[in-house]
Amino acid sequence: MRFMLLFSRQGKLRLQKWYTATAERDKKKMVRELMQVVLARKPKMCSFLEWRDLKIVYKRYASLYFCCAVEEQDNELITLEVIHRFVELLDKYFGSVCELDIIFNFEKAYFILDEFLMGGEIQDTSKKSVLKAIEQADLLQEVSLNLKHKMA
Amino acid sequence: MPAPIRLRELIRTIRTARTQAEEREMIQKECAAIRSSFREEDNTYRCRNVAKLLYMHMLGYPAHFGQLECLKLIASQKFTDKRIGYLGAMLLLDERQDVHLLMTNCIKNDLNHSTQYVQGLALCTLGCMGSSEMCRDLAGEVEKLLKTSNSYLRKKAALCAVHVIRKVPELMEMFLPATKNLLSEKNHGVLHTSVVLLTEMCERSPDMLSHFRKLVPQLVRILKNLIMSGYSPEHDVSGISDPFLQVRILRLLRILGKGDDDSSEAMNDILAQVATNTETSKNVGNAILYETVLTIMDIKSESGLRVLAINILGRFLLNNDKNIRYVALTSLLKTVQTDHNAVQRHRSTIVDCLKDLDVSIKRRAMELSFALVNGNNIRGMMKELLYFLDSCDPDFKADCASGIFLAAEKYAPSKRWHIDTIMRVLTTAGSYVRDDSVPNLIQLITNSVEMHAYTVQRLYKALLDDISQQPLVQVASWCIGEYGDLLVSGQCEEEEPIQVSEDEVLDVLEGLLVSNLSTPVTRGYSLTAIMKLSTRFSSLNRIKKVVSIYGSSIDVELQQRAVEYNALFKKYDHMRPALLERMPIMEKTATNGPSETVQTNGETDSTILDTKHLPSISQPASQANDLLDLLGGNDVVPIIQTTVPTKPASAGGELLDLLGDLSLTGGPTPTPASSVPMSQPPFLLDGLTSQPLFNDIAAVIPPMTAYNKNGLIIEFTFERSNPNPNIAVITIHATNSTEADMTEFVFQAAVPKTFQLQLLSPSSNVVPAFNQGSVTQVIRVLNPQKQQLRMRIKLTYTHKGSPVQDLAEVNNFPPQSWQ
Repeated sequence: MRFMLLFSRQGKLRLQKWYTATAERDKKKMVRELMQVVLARKPKMCSFLEWRDLKIVYKRYASLYFCCAVEEQDNELITLEVIHRFVELLDKYFGSVCELDIIFNFEKAYFILDEFLMGGEIQDTSKKSVLKAIEQADLLQEVSLNLKHKMA
Repeated sequence: MPAPIRLRELIRTIRTARTQAEEREMIQKECAAIRSSFREEDNTYRCRNVAKLLYMHMLGYPAHFGQLECLKLIASQKFTDKRIGYLGAMLLLDERQDVHLLMTNCIKNDLNHSTQYVQGLALCTLGCMGSSEMCRDLAGEVEKLLKTSNSYLRKKAALCAVHVIRKVPELMEMFLPATKNLLSEKNHGVLHTSVVLLTEMCERSPDMLSHFRKLVPQLVRILKNLIMSGYSPEHDVSGISDPFLQVRILRLLRILGKGDDDSSEAMNDILAQVATNTETSKNVGNAILYETVLTIMDIKSESGLRVLAINILGRFLLNNDKNIRYVALTSLLKTVQTDHNAVQRHRSTIVDCLKDLDVSIKRRAMELSFALVNGNNIRGMMKELLYFLDSCDPDFKADCASGIFLAAEKYAPSKRWHIDTIMRVLTTAGSYVRDDSVPNLIQLITNSVEMHAYTVQRLYKALLDDISQQPLVQVASWCIGEYGDLLVSGQCEEEEPIQVSEDEVLDVLEGLLVSNLSTPVTRGYSLTAIMKLSTRFSSLNRIKKVVSIYGSSIDVELQQRAVEYNALFKKYDHMRPALLERMPIMEKTATNGPSETVQTNGETDSTILDTKHLPSISQPASQANDLLDLLGGNDVVPIIQTTVPTKPASAGGELLDLLGDLSLTGGPTPTPASSVPMSQPPFLLDGLTSQPLFNDIAAVIPPMTAYNKNGLIIEFTFERSNPNPNIAVITIHATNSTEADMTEFVFQAAVPKTFQLQLLSPSSNVVPAFNQGSVTQVIRVLNPQKQQLRMRIKLTYTHKGSPVQDLAEVNNFPPQSWQ
């Protein structure tokens, strides 16, 4: 996987994870263009498209588009499952996740993503295992400190 | 200083902004606050501030001033700080900036931290955005962690190693020992990431690939366990046990089995098992089947398995889920070359996909359909493809039209069918047809001799309907120009001949000239067509009038053509019939138009036709190699070996130079003076402007006999060029006093280095016996240094059945020819 984007129907970026070194300027351009292409797709169209030299796999969950760019040899169908797994993780963590959760807790969304994927590949195929790790890390964040500075 | 506002508070505030300007204002205010907070080196709130900065960065605002702060957070002892610090590093830091290297030491420390979650953070950061330098420095640490018994860290180390290898492939060797017992792990996380690591290594190194082949049995076993084992809640997805791991193993098996008989054999059973047992009701099952099919097709599987794979794809094509259909079409496209017959069986389903609503599916179906067209199914397939061409999006039309032309060319069952198909494409998608199709079609039409009447009739009728599609109009006007006589004579056999008069035809062509819809290129075509009809029709006056009108056209191209055609009428009328004769059959050089460009004026038609006509024309340099051995010079002597030209033997007027070495049997579009064959050195052609070259300049130079042997006499006559006195124009006259003709006569000449030579086309290549006629040819010699003219000539011909070749030196040039 080269990158993953989450964006709303209005074209607002909610999360961006890049697994390849890309210049800031190029990232912005690619995001803008890709958002346009995906948002223009009609509901009945298939979840895969070719864009530049990449394969794009996207899926819409409520008001959010989850969009991944994969390599030529990657399996598109399993990428759909990867996206779904991520959504499930978010859902379990936030309890019936909605877009607002991701807006206000974007850093947590990133933490979950970084526990699930690394370098674009799955770290652990067990939902339970990933969620447990996040839970423990959250605890670690709360405990050990004398001066507690929660961000929320 | 009050505490900086909390992250959520900021987010809430920014979201209340009603306009972009308002948002920008809020952001700027907050950034200023954050900046001063950073300056004060406030440890307490740094984390909060960086988090806010990351949010603003996501909105698109610059946040580079937070980079160093991220590094400070990473160095902190607090887990909160580290978490945000590493996140910030991954979002803001760029390996292009040296500042990122400052992270290396922190990461190194954290990789050895006592808390596994801190180690995890470090591994994750390194594995996502580590630069090559960082990877080099820290590879050792990663390798250590790859051997740990802590599965949480081991799985992360494996993926981190993947990233290290991607960045610094030379380090791959280092991780080899650690891979020894990766696959004996029970933990699925470690298994999955290990398979990814092994895949990466095998893909990059053939040595690794051979080394890891021995793992095939183990991989097969793991896969088997996954399929056979009962329900495992932890890894279950819709009733399938750990599909992610299954897919990864299948992919690794594919790489290991490719090209290797033994490995492929070892996996045959498990592949068959997966292919038949996997539940297909959900996407997950199909994802596994898809990967299985890809593997089967890539390795050396037995034919039964391959057929099974293609059938799976065939079933995919009928699936309601469009994603599955898409994936099937993509895979079939990959396999159509190797397993053509098997894919053919699914042809009707594929053709149905042409009618799918999804653009991606339609495109794939189209590509696949073209791949499946063959001599047997051409008629049926073409019907479907033409229907598709009618109704598809404009983006497709160009590709579809090209594909149809190619397929028609390869498999056309009859010439009439071929022409009909082309007509259909031109009339339905005429404006989308690629530019190079026009010359290809013209060539095709020319070569279908018996269909000329039918073709021109159909094209004429099409023009009456619609003149907006330029490629159609261009082909049609060219044909009318060529075969207009057949059109008015009503000779069509294939269908009911139409009654059309010369005036009506000229009306149509003139209509094209004036229409706003016609591009300049099209206008050029139609003017030339009108001109050509001057030898085929009787309404000469009308044509002369049209041609003279355009002599003052604003369009330079048209003007030039018109002026030349005018000149043709006035001064060179005797040449007109020969010049405008019917085009002969053209040799096909390439499917897609010319490889050499001669003209510079973008006249695609003449360029291509001339190139196909005279393949040697534009590469005088290569043809010079014959003569190079004669004099060792770099003389340029184009050798034109084409059909017998009917060009008059006299020294060329400027018109001849323009047509120059082009088609001499009725080239459809004489080139304007400016675009004489590019390959000639420009100054040789200085004299060749629109003015006639030899305008009553009395030839004062005496002729000479250059060669006299075996009955072959070659005489040179001279003229000096008016505008450019450095050019001498020599006309050779070859006569044959023997009792047998000299056939295949070729005259070649070479001159010393200080001269430049241009040889025009001979009048013929048969020197008739008994001096009954002569072959003439024009040589132009540029002599800027006014040196004594010397020439070496080479003659080849066939006399009484045997080939004759001779070389001679010509030194007795009269001084007036070069002084």
